[in-house]
Amino acid sequence: MEKQEVLEKIAFNVIQGRVEAEDEGFDEGLEGRPAVTELTEEALTQGVEPKAIVSEGLTKAMDVVGEKFEEEEYLIPDMLASAECVGAAMDILIPHLLKAGVESKGKFIISTVAGDLHDIGKNIVAIMLKGGGYEVIDLGADVPTERIVEAVRQHQAAFLGLSALLTTTMRVMGEVIEKLKEEGLRNNVKVLIGGAPTSSEFAKEIGADSYCRDAFEAIDVLKTMAA
Amino acid sequence: MSKSYREGILVKPYERLNQDQVKWLHEASLSILADPGIWCYNERAAKLFKAHGAKIWEEESGSPCWRVRFPAGLIKQAVAKAPARVVLGARNPENRLLLDAEVPRVYFGSGSEANIWIETEMEDFVSVRQGDVTVRVPRFTELRGNTALLSRAARLCDTLEHLDFFIRPLNIQDPEITPENHDVNKFFASLNNTAKHVQAGLTKVESLKGVVRMAELIAGGSQALRENPVISFIACVFKSPLQIVDDTAEKVFAIVEAGLPLVISSSPQGGSSAPIQEAGMVAQINAEILAGITLTQLIREGAPVLYGSVPVRARLDDLHDLYGCPEFNQYNIDCVQLARCYKIPCYSTAGVGDAKVPGMQAAFEKLFTHLYMTMSGAQYIHYAFGLLDRTNSFCPVQAVLDNEQIGKIKHCLRQPKVGPSVVEDMLKTVKKVMSSSYRLYARHVRKAMHAGDVSRPYRFEAKGLEDKVLEKALDYMAKLEAGQAPCLDPSTVDQIFKETPGLLPGLRQSAKQDK
Repeated sequence: MEKQEVLEKIAFNVIQGRVEAEDEGFDEGLEGRPAVTELTEEALTQGVEPKAIVSEGLTKAMDVVGEKFEEEEYLIPDMLASAECVGAAMDILIPHLLKAGVESKGKFIISTVAGDLHDIGKNIVAIMLKGGGYEVIDLGADVPTERIVEAVRQHQAAFLGLSALLTTTMRVMGEVIEKLKEEGLRNNVKVLIGGAPTSSEFAKEIGADSYCRDAFEAIDVLKTMAA
Repeated sequence: MSKSYREGILVKPYERLNQDQVKWLHEASLSILADPGIWCYNERAAKLFKAHGAKIWEEESGSPCWRVRFPAGLIKQAVAKAPARVVLGARNPENRLLLDAEVPRVYFGSGSEANIWIETEMEDFVSVRQGDVTVRVPRFTELRGNTALLSRAARLCDTLEHLDFFIRPLNIQDPEITPENHDVNKFFASLNNTAKHVQAGLTKVESLKGVVRMAELIAGGSQALRENPVISFIACVFKSPLQIVDDTAEKVFAIVEAGLPLVISSSPQGGSSAPIQEAGMVAQINAEILAGITLTQLIREGAPVLYGSVPVRARLDDLHDLYGCPEFNQYNIDCVQLARCYKIPCYSTAGVGDAKVPGMQAAFEKLFTHLYMTMSGAQYIHYAFGLLDRTNSFCPVQAVLDNEQIGKIKHCLRQPKVGPSVVEDMLKTVKKVMSSSYRLYARHVRKAMHAGDVSRPYRFEAKGLEDKVLEKALDYMAKLEAGQAPCLDPSTVDQIFKETPGLLPGLRQSAKQDK
């Protein structure tokens, strides 16, 4: 397979949302054919630059997926499938990119706060951010405040995403921010919050940097922060 | 001609009556037909019944009237001759309907012959308390039904995906319409604006010839029409309680002799023209329908006929019909079960709002009967689109709302997709997701989503703290109505106008020809 052809196939399969060969795509009849994981490996074997795989195969494809979503041809499951493809490809590519001196868009620690077991929204944000080129460190759900703060310190993360679904646990987000201040870490990390009971007003009240309604808004907010 | 039919929705029937109860009601109907029997105001029918073993005698009344008492055997034998399968044709063969009494596949259509068309427009109003706040509110206008509006109704109904057949929902009251040209104009306005099956009653039996000729020109000849009956008829031959109407009986003779499908429909009102109690209402309406079907089979064995049940209940404050009430469902579901027992396709009823305008009351009343009657497995549900004010008005935007509602009901009642291969697939998915980092099924929704197995949110929902259902439905209707009407080709229209006296010139539209 030519280099250009393999890149096009990666892009096609990202748009189709196929992580592995056994996955079905948006179109019929793709099951069994090589998908993003297999094609990324093949591209590396062929000597394609990891950076080219990211820019020509993954990023371009995600732009197309974004357009399809805007036009309502794609729905959330399609977006997530494509984002998972990018995430799977990035898992393979990151060691190669690091070797080549290419950095990710930043480390993003994400967590549902202590006392709250809800993680669907948090997982969707994590998948989308990983697909968007961030190095996502997912701490899981019901994570003690101390562990979150320790992870920020340990990974020197640029971003922290906190999620809560309950009015009883949303207050813990404020406790995390206070703890970051106590530990002298608050100025090093941008804190984004989300979850059904939260709001922009609540973000201001507890001193978070931003409230994000959903994964798409999180990506937009991060772009602004990066700029 | 291909043998494709509209899909409808195949359901697992909900049955209200047990087999003993079906038997008791059937026997009660036969008992009514034996004594007191029926009052028949049509001499031909009375004599035909007599010739086949009924006991008749002339009643003393102002009009010629025969009392007819039926032996049970006569009814049973005649009803057994009615076909279990009836095909209703359509201009577009893909719109044909196969009604099989032994298959609970449900089709939905419009109905009634309302005098009023309700036009809906949104208008902005300013808050009295806060001058900078405006709200959009629907305003309703009543228009008298006419041929232009009937044409518009047919065009709109042609675009509604869940509407399977078209029964004229509007009475035509143009100044030029007379009893003599009513039928040809009604049928032409319908047939020229929808490629779905067209059904209506006859105003005058003398019009039948012209209507049938029109249908033959459309279907491609006399034989072609009988193979693909693009039209069929409704005859309310009984005036409840238990009286056969003279001129409707003549229409039954004419339609059956013409070899076209016919609904034998009865619509008693529980509390006035029938008992209000379920057992009494159903025994009586069943008796009326069985006697009507018997008439069709004595005229011509094997005549295609539908068991037409439209039992309603009286309001007890003004004795008007009441549609959105529990008894309506009870009466109608019982009738569906009886029709199934006789192996005759059932023309049933659902979706009439007692409400006068679209809104929450209408939605409640319609959902209440749409859902239950679909569950009943009646083959042919009329009145299902746009009817308000107890069938006195037709509201097009309500028909659009009903289409959305029926779509959701159809989805709800789909056959379950549960089998060994599906279960195996699901088990694989569970394992796959549980071994992934996020344990999220969203990605695996896609196959079902794109196959149409996952229902969509309500089409007319608003995102904010407001109800925009009517506004959005009106926008959607405008898009539907912007499409091209499925008019007949110009040569057929020319020939119909040439051969059919009384057609209004304003109806002369035809399909645009490609240049």
